[in-house]
Amino acid sequence: MFKRMSALLLVGATVMTMAGCGSGGTTSASQAGPGGGDDKITMGFSQVGAESGWRTANTKSVQESAESAGIDLKFSDAQQKQENQIKAIRSFIQQKVDVIAFSPVVESGWDTVLKEAKNAKIPVILTDRAVDSQDTSLYKTFLGSDFVEEGKKAGQWLVEEYKDSTDTVNIVELQGTTGSAPANDRKAGFAEVIGADPKFKVIASQTGDFTRAKGKEVMEAFLKSNPDIDVLYAHNDDMGLGAIEAIEGAGKVPGKDIKIITVDAVKDGMQALADGKINYIVECSPLLGPQLMDLAQKVVKGEQVPARVVTEETTFTQEQAKEALPTRQY
Amino acid sequence: MNARERGPRVSAAAVIRHRLFWPAAVLVLLLLANVFFTPGFLSVELKDGHLYGSLIDIARFGAPLILVAIGMTLVIATGGIDLSVGSVVAISGALSCLWITGLEDQQSVTGVLTAVGVALGLALFLGLCNGVLVAGIGIQPIIATLILMVAGRGLAQLITDGQILTVNSAPYKLIGGGYWLTLPFGVLIVLAVLGITAFLTRRMALGLLIESVGGNAVASRLAGIRSRGLIVAVYAFCALCAGIAGLMISSNVSSADGNNAGLWIELDAILAVVIGGTSLAGGRFSLGGTVLGALVIQTLTTTIYSIGIPPETTLLFKALVVTAVCLLQSPAFREKALNRRRRRPQAAPASADPKVKVPA
Repeated sequence: MFKRMSALLLVGATVMTMAGCGSGGTTSASQAGPGGGDDKITMGFSQVGAESGWRTANTKSVQESAESAGIDLKFSDAQQKQENQIKAIRSFIQQKVDVIAFSPVVESGWDTVLKEAKNAKIPVILTDRAVDSQDTSLYKTFLGSDFVEEGKKAGQWLVEEYKDSTDTVNIVELQGTTGSAPANDRKAGFAEVIGADPKFKVIASQTGDFTRAKGKEVMEAFLKSNPDIDVLYAHNDDMGLGAIEAIEGAGKVPGKDIKIITVDAVKDGMQALADGKINYIVECSPLLGPQLMDLAQKVVKGEQVPARVVTEETTFTQEQAKEALPTRQY
Repeated sequence: MNARERGPRVSAAAVIRHRLFWPAAVLVLLLLANVFFTPGFLSVELKDGHLYGSLIDIARFGAPLILVAIGMTLVIATGGIDLSVGSVVAISGALSCLWITGLEDQQSVTGVLTAVGVALGLALFLGLCNGVLVAGIGIQPIIATLILMVAGRGLAQLITDGQILTVNSAPYKLIGGGYWLTLPFGVLIVLAVLGITAFLTRRMALGLLIESVGGNAVASRLAGIRSRGLIVAVYAFCALCAGIAGLMISSNVSSADGNNAGLWIELDAILAVVIGGTSLAGGRFSLGGTVLGALVIQTLTTTIYSIGIPPETTLLFKALVVTAVCLLQSPAFREKALNRRRRRPQAAPASADPKVKVPA
């Protein structure tokens, strides 16, 4: 009995903290666009799912810009499952769409289906997430954010902010889901920039699983074990928002006593930035629709496109946030 | 160490023999480890009119888990299991936040109370569904609740539309993030639920009836216990606890996250119940043990954050501690470990773990 129990518990303990930012089933229904005319470009787009506000904004951007670019979009929601995505791509191939775009649910296992697309002479564009395929001829281009660059931008602001100071700057970091690409890259980019100056010290770094609740919980513990925190760097807005509550609960003023840098720029984060509770946000924009349609048109015409296109992204200070907030789409 | 005699006097051996000695020892050990790394760990001060400190944090963040685990304890005592609590947590948080965002005045106390009522009502209903599937239709508990575990998260996402709903309501904030009489309100809710449950199960016959159903449902029915009704009731109670926990979790961060709220909390809750010495086979339970188990888990989590264990090794560290607790908890393991050192002529059999005496 006890052997069985401990076995069960081990499994439980391993599984219970594996909460990811892209977990859980989704509810969105697949929808296929109406059949287009012959001169119109038809694009098959397979989305990961609808797991976050960011993803929903991403979907919306693709759908809206397809409409304004006059591209007939066949949209399919993979609900976080690779098999659904492979099915969707195969059906796009059968329907003889002009171009296929998709955000891969996972990195590996795409070679077979991408070869089928290549044999059918349908160009493929990757959006937002990359695949680890050795054969780069399987897709035309990868359009998405550069997470390392985002981390660097965060670090650069910090270096600029403290350029006149010689005191040690104590930094705590809230990482994204352990092992995920955004978490690894945002950490690496940030570390690279601040590593040049020994006054910057990351005194604690822990995962907050990209969620508000974990961000708050971890920050509470940081505040108690490290009495002297100058800067918080959170890998997304949500963890930062959770941490703000923890900082306020500790009787400190977020944005003043502890400076806060986050990545993403979702609406709640921008609001906190405009309110002065966050100091700086590096944008990770889901609005890659217009760029995607532009690339699609070029690819269909047979024009050369760069193998890697970085999403047009910016950064926000508190003043910029106040201006941008009223027109923020997500 | 031999459980042959039980004298009325409290000796050291009796303390060690107590069912809850080992989990309590691990809890104390974890706290001491924290003091070693963070000297001021145990200090509790008054800040902004409420208590502030790591111990308060453990109680506050552990409150939802304790609640879910209390409900889970009773379900497990009937020989069942409820995997759907995590989804119920997400649903109740999502529904109440949705209701509050629809209010004209988010600060209105009646509006928030209605939101809480609606959310808990739905949680209760979902629990009843679980209970009916298990007791009425006779589906195995793990399957019956698996349905809601999977579908429920979808329901929560449907309610929030896949987004994170943010509310700005002071009365709602009180439930999980506020303080009353310097104490975290969530902890007070837990104490109230724990008090009521302990009274009903340990001062009334209810606990005995639940254990009887868990021990042998058929025999209990033949003895005149309405096992079916009891089982439906414990599943409903468990879902209600999960519903309250969901309100706490979403209120603590003033937002509802259908994807992540309460994710895997069912596993933590089952773990807490087991650490507390409740048998997964049903037939006996210990509420105090469950609370202790939940506190061990939350302290472990806090320890990881405060002593700075790198995220990559967090899971391994957790697994090692949990394995240690479970091995220490096992009389069979302890017996074997002791036997190796000093051979005892009459080793107690592995099943020497006595049934808990229930005060009627």
